[in-house]
Amino acid sequence: MTTSEMALNADTLSETRSLQSWLRSAVRWESGLVVLFVVSLVYGSSVSSYFFNVQTFFFAGLNFGEIAIMALPMTLIIITGEIDLSVGSMLGLSASILGYLFMHGWNIWLAMAVCLLVGILGGALNGLLVTTLGLPSIAVTIGTLTLYRGIALIVLGSNTAVGFPASFTKISLPIGNTHIAYDFAIFVVLAIIFGVVLHMTPVGRSIYAIGLQGETAYFSGIRVKRIKFFLYVISGFLCAFAGLLYTFQQASSASDTGLGLELNVVAIALFGGVSIFGGRGTIFGVVLSVAIFASLQSSLTDVNVSAQVQSIVTGCLLLVSVLIPNAREGLGRLRAQLRRRNAEAS
Amino acid sequence: MGVSARSNLVSAILRFRELAIVVAVVIVFLLTYFKNPSFASVASVQQMLAGPAIIIMLGVGETLVIVTRNVDLSVGSVLGLSAFLVGDLFAHYPHMPVIVALLAGLLIGLACGVVNGAIVAYARVPALVVTLGMLYIIRGVDAVIDNGVQIEPSQIPQSFVNLGAGTILGVPILFIIAAVVVAAVGYVMRTFRPARDLYAIGSNPDAAVLAGVRVPRRIFSAFAISGALAGLGGALWLAEFATVASTAGTGYELNVVAACVVGGVAIFGGSGTVLGAALGALLLNTIDQALVAARVSSFWNQAVAGLLLLVAIAFDRYVSLRAERILRVEGAHHDNV
Repeated sequence: MTTSEMALNADTLSETRSLQSWLRSAVRWESGLVVLFVVSLVYGSSVSSYFFNVQTFFFAGLNFGEIAIMALPMTLIIITGEIDLSVGSMLGLSASILGYLFMHGWNIWLAMAVCLLVGILGGALNGLLVTTLGLPSIAVTIGTLTLYRGIALIVLGSNTAVGFPASFTKISLPIGNTHIAYDFAIFVVLAIIFGVVLHMTPVGRSIYAIGLQGETAYFSGIRVKRIKFFLYVISGFLCAFAGLLYTFQQASSASDTGLGLELNVVAIALFGGVSIFGGRGTIFGVVLSVAIFASLQSSLTDVNVSAQVQSIVTGCLLLVSVLIPNAREGLGRLRAQLRRRNAEAS
Repeated sequence: MGVSARSNLVSAILRFRELAIVVAVVIVFLLTYFKNPSFASVASVQQMLAGPAIIIMLGVGETLVIVTRNVDLSVGSVLGLSAFLVGDLFAHYPHMPVIVALLAGLLIGLACGVVNGAIVAYARVPALVVTLGMLYIIRGVDAVIDNGVQIEPSQIPQSFVNLGAGTILGVPILFIIAAVVVAAVGYVMRTFRPARDLYAIGSNPDAAVLAGVRVPRRIFSAFAISGALAGLGGALWLAEFATVASTAGTGYELNVVAACVVGGVAIFGGSGTVLGAALGALLLNTIDQALVAARVSSFWNQAVAGLLLLVAIAFDRYVSLRAERILRVEGAHHDNV
């Protein structure tokens, strides 16, 4: 075979490969999510004539804003193969500190700055324990989940802080004359930033590399520990920020703010196609996941399904999200086995 | 330096771990006693034993699962479902014998555990995702079934409530049940091959397969047992509190995992004992009560528990690094000889 022939072969080979990879990318998880999102919209509009009302979208955004915001750093952390279960507690801690400082007559801007700083410190503690001491993140963040919630309790006790200035609590209303919720807008901006960082920068590629093969990433010169550390810091910061948003939206803060949200946030990320083993997942998928959950929540609430019963839907979606890709792999395995058996028979 | 010396060292470390928790419990107890002598009163000690009983039950099952390098996050929801359904059974059949009620709870939990186990073991799906999904589904099913109705104390016969509040020779019955479960499962985990397989799977899943361990079957069993114990815990929950809403046991899953981790069960599998997990639950509960007795505001409970958890994890890491170093040094000596 001459070189040109070989090059030709390689060409056709790469062509079929690109076709294959195109097909593969067409049947990826995100496509399923798009379909599901459309289905959920159709369902929503069929059960309620108000579904496409701008108000509905406003409230859907409002109900899901803080969870959606916390899901972004969670996505990156899970892609590196770690997890952060302290997010709900960090949100609660930030809300409690804000309430405490405000009740004690602090300037609101200063109080907010303190909360964000606490978020950074809390994230840094997580990061330090996970990277420098090399402790398992799931255990560490269950510990800090308890610790941060505990500090929130010490700070605010059973008090509820109210009376925040109206110029801040107005974020529970739409922006100006539009029908966009503040936290929805913030989420969109953050999602774009996270999407760009994860999918278009070397740092993003490093995050995938760490999740796929931490040791290989380390030996290729990726600063594994530093990246993980900063992801935890960002997570702490954004959770504290979400705590501020949530407090102003509710116009009150208590030490149990955001109790149990961590599992919702993890569920959103996983349903968005992020692999719990790391190395796989996209911001687009997580955004779709947020959209599906928000639209399902508002349509199910419309037909008077209680929040607790709605959790059946959450759970089933979560199970389906891991079973379908697995079924595909299982089928692939089966096919390979059959092929091998056929080859042996012939 | 042979394999036996090596395993001796490992078991010594594990025993040391359990001893460390016992010492911690004693220290907490004594410190609180000096501050408030009523902490050593019969009622207080009884509460110290009965209080963690349900978490101990759940922790035993959770240990089996974590040892195989999996996790069961659905235990809190299973507990809630079982507590409600057993209460509902009593509402329909007020004369149901106590043992039937306990069995019913066990079977309800077993059914949930079987579903978890089947999906994790045979569909090969990550346990964290499956049991997180099941956490939501079971909680939702619970809400559909109870439909906003609560189980009231008047619906529960006295004989069953006695199980939760009664004592035998001064020892709370709840504690006796938990202790029997810990002793039985602990003995099985030390002695029998299928149970040792769980450790093999958690230490190195691939090696376990090559060694002929029936990995899916063992993992399935671990989840089934965890579910069954959570179900039994639900029945006991009903006996202890006599009133059940659909939110019963919410958030227990992370408390249970925390008790296991404090008790030295490695979160990545392969090591840890049910006795350790039980002692972990005992320690966390004792600290809770000690803070109350020492008149520290109960708001401090969680922060202290969180700190303890972090210290326990860091301590484990330190000990295992030390052990590794010792083994390496002794291994080197052996090579030279």
